[in-house]
Amino acid sequence: MYSRAYKAAVALPPLFWVALFLLLPYSLLFAHSFWSVASGAIVRQWSLHNYAELAHNWMYAQVLFRSMKIAGAVTLLALLLGYPLAYYLSFCAGPQKQLLYQLVIVPLWVSYLVRGYAWKTILGSDGVLNGFLQYLGIVSTPVEFFLYSPFAVVLTLTHIYTPFTFLPLFASLEHIPRHLVEASQDLGASPRVTFWRVIFPLSLPGLLAGATFAFVLTLGDFLAPLLVGGPSGIMISNVVVSLFGAAYDWPLGAAISVCMLLLVVGILFAIERLEKRWSFH
Amino acid sequence: MAPLLNIRSIAKRFGARHVLHDISLDVNPGEFLTVLGESGSGKTTLLRVIAGFEQPDAGEIWMAGERLDTLPPYRRRVNTVFQHYALFPHLSVFENVAYGLRVQGVAKSEVGSRVEKALGMVKMDSYVASAPSTLSGGQQQRVALARALVNRPRLLLLDEPLSALDANLRRQMQGELKTLQREVGIAFLFVTHDQDEAMALSDRIALLRAGALEQVASPREIYSRPATAYTAQFIGQANLLRAEIANGVARWGALAWPCDAAVGPADFSLRPEHIRFTAAPPADDSHTVCFCASIVRQIFCGATDLLEITCQSGHRLRARVPSRGVLEGEYRFEFSAADAVRLREGGER
Repeated sequence: MYSRAYKAAVALPPLFWVALFLLLPYSLLFAHSFWSVASGAIVRQWSLHNYAELAHNWMYAQVLFRSMKIAGAVTLLALLLGYPLAYYLSFCAGPQKQLLYQLVIVPLWVSYLVRGYAWKTILGSDGVLNGFLQYLGIVSTPVEFFLYSPFAVVLTLTHIYTPFTFLPLFASLEHIPRHLVEASQDLGASPRVTFWRVIFPLSLPGLLAGATFAFVLTLGDFLAPLLVGGPSGIMISNVVVSLFGAAYDWPLGAAISVCMLLLVVGILFAIERLEKRWSFH
Repeated sequence: MAPLLNIRSIAKRFGARHVLHDISLDVNPGEFLTVLGESGSGKTTLLRVIAGFEQPDAGEIWMAGERLDTLPPYRRRVNTVFQHYALFPHLSVFENVAYGLRVQGVAKSEVGSRVEKALGMVKMDSYVASAPSTLSGGQQQRVALARALVNRPRLLLLDEPLSALDANLRRQMQGELKTLQREVGIAFLFVTHDQDEAMALSDRIALLRAGALEQVASPREIYSRPATAYTAQFIGQANLLRAEIANGVARWGALAWPCDAAVGPADFSLRPEHIRFTAAPPADDSHTVCFCASIVRQIFCGATDLLEITCQSGHRLRARVPSRGVLEGEYRFEFSAADAVRLREGGER
């Protein structure tokens, strides 16, 4: 069909792109994770001591565990918010469907930072939420734990990533043939039974995709903890940021990054296996 | 015998479009009733109203003394075989058929035996563990049938269930469907646009035209005594003769036959196969109409030929005669006056 030269010419730019912006950075990262720092300079000597440090110092495992807890909480909340929303839009919204869909999407166009700062304004000790609670007389002094806590991080990230869970959920619900819902009711299943036996199982691929987005994106997030997290809300990416910045220990930061990368790849791999089992189209 | 299903003056609109007008129809227990109509005639809407997927704007539906149209679909003891089968893709063949029994809380021990019996009935018992997506169209159709019948509905609704199958499989499934219906004794309300299918399967045919019932009768009755020009032409082929009645005689061109209807214009339907060759000169028998006509066109159809003939008056007719080689020129034809069926007026809508 196409000449060999043509194929090569067409394939070259993407290959170049992949090599320059994916393979090279990954290789550098991987190499750095085996090097070390001595008196402010990177020593290019191969060793596993960065990984040994990660295994021995419980601080890293703790932060990683906290990050996963936050990511899990965000995923759960984003699904709990995103699923009913997607269900309502797909099955009940009628002619307003397009408008509501756009309204869900619009926040994605607003800068992440703006939304982060918005939560800072809302949650702060002289913020909107505390002002409101004091006005109502529910609390007499500002509640401090709203801001600079894991709670604030979870809230902010849930707000940011709910549209990411909504989109694949909505798509999978939209793809469920409506005559299957009718067939279920025809066979004597009430709307509730129909939901659990037909709609929910068929929406699992979308649920999985949405959960993956929320979990993986949260796990790698460092801006929300920076803005609203405070010391107790620090996540693993913040550690990486500081190692690459002020602490100047690129090799250790690279080792953490490699571990994170393997973790995420593992999750994606497992999810893909599950998704294959759960998809029927 | 009291009817099983009693449809009373059902009307349905979608926006400004009237889809069903004043439909009244009974379905008898154990009957195979076909709702026949062109696409857009409202036949599927009628089925969906009975199943409960659409709410009628007027009228009532009763089944065995119980009002049906106020119940949600899942409380109606009717089951539907959908046009595109609508098998659950995430469930095995067994679980698809078991679905209705499970959601209605039938005992587990009973589910297994009933599902296997239902699948046996449609000869799909060796596919219990298969996924629907691995089955052919005909096999999916059988599973859909078993899934509906296993619930022992009082009435089974079938929405063009054979339309997605190829011609051979379709004929085979028609035969099986009819046998199955006799075996289980459940009333079938079958929707199709295919008049041959309707003729082959039905105890009665309800012909739907633009949302209103045109005629309800047995296949033989509806074929031999069509009530309107539309019926005559939709079911089989028919010559339409716009005759003029005067003095007890209907005249159409040079042809005339006795008719005791009132004076004025009247439409008659004459089936092509009722026109035959005759050698005899015109007998003095007013009940046989004889005429000479020349052959314009001959269409070979296997066992028969369809002839387009022109009478000496210039009127055209179609005649179906046993095949016997190429025909040309003028021949003498005849038909019995009784075969010219007078049609109801006001057929145009």
